[in-house]
Amino acid sequence: MSEIRIQGVWKYFSKGKVAALKDVSLTVQDREFMVLLGPSGCGKTTLLRCIAGLEYPERGRIFIGGRDVTDEPPRKRKIAMVFQSYAVFPHLTVFENIAFGLRMQKRPNAEVKQRVNNAAGMMRIENFLERYPAQLSGGQRQRVAVARGLVMEPQVLLMDEPLSNLDALLRLQARAELKRLLQQVQTTTVYVTHDQIEALSMGDRIAVMENGAIVQVDAPTQVYDYPGSLFVGGFIGTPPMNFLRGTVKSMNGAFALNLGGQPIRAALPANVQAGQDLLMGIRAENIEASAQRSPDAVPARVLVVEPLGSHLLLTVQVGETPIKVQTRMDFNIAPDQTIYLRLEPKQVRWFDPETGVRYDASGSTELK
Amino acid sequence: MATPQYTGDALAPPLTSPLTNKTFARRMESALPYLLLLPSMLFMLIFFAWPMVQALILSVRTPDGAWTMQYLERMVRDVNFTDALRNTFLIILIAIPLQFAFAIAMGLLIQAKLKGSALFLYFWTIPLAVSDLAAGLVWLAVFSDRGFLNSVLRTTGIMPIAFSWLSYENYGTLLMAVVIAEVWRATAIVMVIVVAGLQLIPDDYLEAAEVFGATRWQRLWHVTLPMIRPSLQVALILRTILAFQVFAVVIALAGRAMPVLASEAYNRYAELNPNGAAVYALLILTISLVTTGVYLRLLRTSEAEMGR
Amino acid sequence: MSAQTKTMPRPLAPSEEMPLNAAANKPTFAKTLGRLALYAAAITISLFFLVPIYLIFISAFSPQQAIFAYPKSILPQTLTAETMLFFWNARGVQSALLNSIIVGILTLVFSLLVGAPAGYALARFFFRGRDSYKMLILTTRAFPIVILSIPLAVNYIQWNLYDTLWGVAFAHTAMALPTTILVTSSIFIGVSRELEEAAQTLGCNRAQAFIKVALPLALPGLAAAAIFTFVLSWNETFAATILTQRNRTLPALVLSQIADVGAPLPFRYAAGFFLIAPSLLYIFFMRRYLLGMWGQVVK
Repeated sequence: MSEIRIQGVWKYFSKGKVAALKDVSLTVQDREFMVLLGPSGCGKTTLLRCIAGLEYPERGRIFIGGRDVTDEPPRKRKIAMVFQSYAVFPHLTVFENIAFGLRMQKRPNAEVKQRVNNAAGMMRIENFLERYPAQLSGGQRQRVAVARGLVMEPQVLLMDEPLSNLDALLRLQARAELKRLLQQVQTTTVYVTHDQIEALSMGDRIAVMENGAIVQVDAPTQVYDYPGSLFVGGFIGTPPMNFLRGTVKSMNGAFALNLGGQPIRAALPANVQAGQDLLMGIRAENIEASAQRSPDAVPARVLVVEPLGSHLLLTVQVGETPIKVQTRMDFNIAPDQTIYLRLEPKQVRWFDPETGVRYDASGSTELK
Repeated sequence: MATPQYTGDALAPPLTSPLTNKTFARRMESALPYLLLLPSMLFMLIFFAWPMVQALILSVRTPDGAWTMQYLERMVRDVNFTDALRNTFLIILIAIPLQFAFAIAMGLLIQAKLKGSALFLYFWTIPLAVSDLAAGLVWLAVFSDRGFLNSVLRTTGIMPIAFSWLSYENYGTLLMAVVIAEVWRATAIVMVIVVAGLQLIPDDYLEAAEVFGATRWQRLWHVTLPMIRPSLQVALILRTILAFQVFAVVIALAGRAMPVLASEAYNRYAELNPNGAAVYALLILTISLVTTGVYLRLLRTSEAEMGR
Repeated sequence: MSAQTKTMPRPLAPSEEMPLNAAANKPTFAKTLGRLALYAAAITISLFFLVPIYLIFISAFSPQQAIFAYPKSILPQTLTAETMLFFWNARGVQSALLNSIIVGILTLVFSLLVGAPAGYALARFFFRGRDSYKMLILTTRAFPIVILSIPLAVNYIQWNLYDTLWGVAFAHTAMALPTTILVTSSIFIGVSRELEEAAQTLGCNRAQAFIKVALPLALPGLAAAAIFTFVLSWNETFAATILTQRNRTLPALVLSQIADVGAPLPFRYAAGFFLIAPSLLYIFFMRRYLLGMWGQVVK
């Protein structure tokens, strides 16, 4: 049982002038793979280092496996950590790197040997054990760093952007391997990344961070489909979610959103009133583009056409707002033409334009 | 599904309220850097700060404990005082510009990537580890009356009669010999600083300048030199401070024929007059600090430039 | 196969089809001339640095009467250790040499013991007063520390440190300390902080992480810094002369022989060569570190 519970953690930097973590609370379930996702400077690495014991939070408590570890040094927390730079010791062989933690525990030689060989086998670096890190590639060093953590059989595995120093192709491969491996070992894992694709593809849950606070904790599909705020919708997804601002209008007894003079009928959130401003969020792949005019469709002027191989990415202008639309490669279109957009009603999300918070879907006025 | 709470803009509680987490171990942790600094602070206090105070006290107080200006007056009235002051400044004014000019030229030569530049660099850096005393003795072999310079001049028939380069009667050549020895010894350190600075300049800047049509000289003047200016400035200050202490080179080459400030301090001390020596020490200290101040003022660069 | 050969575009052989560009292999006359001028300059400068060393060498290894001969030849007639032996057996030289070595080692040990922790603190921690401390260290270099040996000598008499090797070593340490602190700080900055943190997550406490990871990785740099300090002490003349009476270091002995007794030329030349010889070796073995050491001194 090794759940991580973080309670109201505050961390200050620059002599108390800057709060890097603001009242962060988060529970990571036993054997869960939790991803901390956010732009650089959002505090995700600081939070990870607080869990590791490398940073000390001025306020709040941290529990690992039900034990309050806030005041314990890293070595007593039964954690292992994979660093962004890998932090593989250059003066030790691969074997001694992996064995480092076991040697610190003064384990008998035979056990060290067996466990190191196991971990090395798991990471497929058993042929490099006698080499020094300088003789390894970046990918191999990364594996040494992971093996060095796994060999400790930690209660909690902490990973700080472990793939960010690999080149793009290798990263793709390493991502899949790491996912397979972590499913195998089933250790509670906290994984920091700024790469949303890594987060979506690997995590059981994602905690999205902004400005030192956790703004949403959900399963990857939920975070993607139901971003809790403008920030999350805009940060996750390539391209990010489109946002259109409009005013609610009463139309024939139902509500509609007036988007730059063009009324759109859509399922609005509960308790909205005529005259109220709303932000509508919709992803590029949930917009259908057509060259033909149709009653529901919103006209838009094409600004940019980008063929991306698997699909076309259009930048079009609706009213005054540029948005992204995804269409088939064979869609025949050129800039300055007018196209007609149909928004998938079920995929439309609503946000408060003032606070940026998403309206709760449960009370929506779906097709009243 | 509940609407997630949006806490992105939560304000920090005012820091005046006590922080909840502060255990003894954490206190030790935050004291650690100070504990690591402590020995060096104590050491510098005893062997650097205190002697400075002591120099001041010795200069204005007799061994009996009376306050006095007599040591200062005696120094100023001493026959050698003006000579020592003039000689020290002349050596600095001539040697330091030469050192910097040579050092920059040598640094650029190293950067030109000639074949064997590693060997050149080795030859040119040998004086780095040579003491001022040894440098003086090396050039003594050249300039002494029966030295190699006179020998060569005689053998080649240029100057059949031996010339006393190091005699106090030939002040010009004596000064020249000291300056040459100083340039020989101390150019290397400046050059190393120049080379280290030059190596930090990314090729991009020079290539960009070239693309935009800068000639070799324009690149040197408008890109290279401005970029190593900060390290040159620090080197200039340090070299000047060290030059005020010029001593062993002069003793080795000139003996007592050329008094300088440090040698006068040494002489007072050797005459068992520590107070007189301390006044000279105080004088050198003051000149050094004033010079540093003047340099810093003259070389002051704008904030934006320092932020590079 | 043959059909393929015909249709495939053949790679161009040099000198066929595409002629080499004019400037491709032959540098222009002007360029060659410029290059030659650079070599001439480099060689001239090298001679300026090497010839005096050669001359002190042949002076030190000439027989004593050759030193007084005039005019003398640039090429030595006979090489003999006679002059060097005269210096070696002169009163006080051997014990002064031993003193120099002891003072150098003491200086090296003190400055690392006192300076390296401070350098480490500057490299690893962001604490209140860090910038002020750094400023203070930089400022001390604007003071003529060597000259401070005069008041220090007065203190030493009270502290029973006068005319002791300890006293000289302390003075030399004070001279070397600012540099040692700055250099060791940059050495420890070069050892990634994450390595020590990784060791801590793997079961080390702070001290163990330092000893097992940071120290071995910093060792080559620290050794270079240590030798640098030794050389500084080996070469220092003024303070050593002021602070000793009978227990002279080698430069102090040579200087006082020259200044106070008027030592003969053979003694001076042999001393000059003897003092220089280690630096030839030192620079040769340390040349990889030179830029790092002295280059960093200014930062």
